[in-house]
Amino acid sequence: MDMLVDIVSWVLLLIGGFFVFVGGVGVLRMPELYTRMHASGLTDSIATSLILVGLMLQGGFSLIGLKLVAILIFMLLTGPTSSNALASAALLAGNKEEGAQQGDKKV
Amino acid sequence: MTVLFGGFLLAMLVITALAMVQTRNLFVAVMLGGIFSLLIATVFFMLDAADVSLTEAAVGAGISTVLFLGALSLTSDHEHSKTTIRPLAIIIVIITMLLILMSTFDFPFIGDPQSLVQNHVGAEYLAKTPEFIDIPNVVTAVLGSYRGYDTLGEVFVVLTAGVGVLFLLGKAPPPGCYRNKPADTEGLSHYLIPRLVGRLVIPFLILFGLYVQFHGEYSPGGGFQAGALIAAANILYALLEGEKSALQVVPHKWLMGMIASGALLYGLVGVTGILLGGNFLDYSVLSEDPVKGQQLGLLIIELGVGITVTGVLLSIYHAFASRGKI
Amino acid sequence: MEWFGLFYYWVFAVLLMIGFYTVVAKKNLVKILLGLSLFQSAVFLFYISMGKIIDGTAPIFLADAPDQIYTTPLPQVLILTAIVVGISTTSLGLGIVVRIKEEYGTIEEDEIRKIDHS
Repeated sequence: MDMLVDIVSWVLLLIGGFFVFVGGVGVLRMPELYTRMHASGLTDSIATSLILVGLMLQGGFSLIGLKLVAILIFMLLTGPTSSNALASAALLAGNKEEGAQQGDKKV
Repeated sequence: MTVLFGGFLLAMLVITALAMVQTRNLFVAVMLGGIFSLLIATVFFMLDAADVSLTEAAVGAGISTVLFLGALSLTSDHEHSKTTIRPLAIIIVIITMLLILMSTFDFPFIGDPQSLVQNHVGAEYLAKTPEFIDIPNVVTAVLGSYRGYDTLGEVFVVLTAGVGVLFLLGKAPPPGCYRNKPADTEGLSHYLIPRLVGRLVIPFLILFGLYVQFHGEYSPGGGFQAGALIAAANILYALLEGEKSALQVVPHKWLMGMIASGALLYGLVGVTGILLGGNFLDYSVLSEDPVKGQQLGLLIIELGVGITVTGVLLSIYHAFASRGKI
Repeated sequence: MEWFGLFYYWVFAVLLMIGFYTVVAKKNLVKILLGLSLFQSAVFLFYISMGKIIDGTAPIFLADAPDQIYTTPLPQVLILTAIVVGISTTSLGLGIVVRIKEEYGTIEEDEIRKIDHS
């Protein structure tokens, strides 16, 4: 039973790490601002959830597990909100959506 | 494995510092400064300094970034000068760096149990705290009781900085300075999502700040971190709802009262020590049992520190954010 | 490993000198303040890395491990104070920069000097 919990938590942590890596590569390689924000939003939502659930399995039903649940709820609330605020600010600053032919936009 | 991770974090620190210095766009530099603070908070945590890591994350990555952005909105956010290389500066910097690197070979390596830092005073604080003060968090015990006089000085430094900024930015700006700045009457109120989530999250931020304040004797925490957290919650409210609403919720008079009363509370605890027969800032005489007296004294002075830090950080933010607009 | 045990000090030296170069060689006042805070952070890293001990943990007494080694709390207390003092001086510096911008119209050192001497 312990072994099973360990294996599942390892798998979740590794998949979460893979999504963080994908998000990082996306921020570097995407052509313009909005697609880059979309890639970085990956790390806010799915990667954080997977890593924290993996850690919760390691922590068990203790105070540490409860604190991790609170952290997960907080990150799920504020991460996507900050991506939304960033995108709204970019739109307000006049950064209209442009095609990939424009090339990289230096922010 | 931890050694490798530590090395990776330190390399990222150096890269971020180089990028911060080299970029000409000041907004990018301030954001990189926030990333630098968060990275160095992680390094502090890996070096087993939990209190310091919490303070650096709250103050460095949170409040400092907001204050820099507030100042940037009042000045320009691009650096004008061409990148000229100053050869004399580079030569001096390289020579000094080589001198420091040469001298590090005489230091004890990191983690050495025989080094001078671990013995003498530090070891004595660790040994004597269960007997005299009896709280788990030794850093709070040292900060509040053994080095209580230093902390009193620090509260007064924070108060002086607040008073200084209020002197500098208290008078109205010269006319015609900010003529093309829009008046900030509503903050972000036509952005639905940040406003809604902000309203959900702010009460819990304040609750967490109070938890950190009063739990400072049992876990990493204390007055400074709590002051920064509660100030950050108020700054979030000011950003979302606009300056006018924020100054109605916590008016200027209350902020002045908070700045002064925190430091006053600290000083009063010290003077009460004298009146009850002990020395200045001697908490053992505050109650029948000296250990309980120490704990009571620590609680009250941490409260004083938290109140002053909240008041100062919030009034500095309002001084920057409402300049020339209201 | 002996040489890896000094790595934190070398990074401290590099960060210190990066911050110092920024303060000395850059002309924009906000950049100078950022360099100053970089300099301060390097000093904090130095103090905290001095306090680490092998097999140690944060200096908060755990009830269920009587012979645990704890890192020394003294450098941490000094740095806690120093962080808060650092942000106080940074905010005061930023207030001065805002006033300079209002009076001179610029925050570049050479342009300010030109206005002063004319």
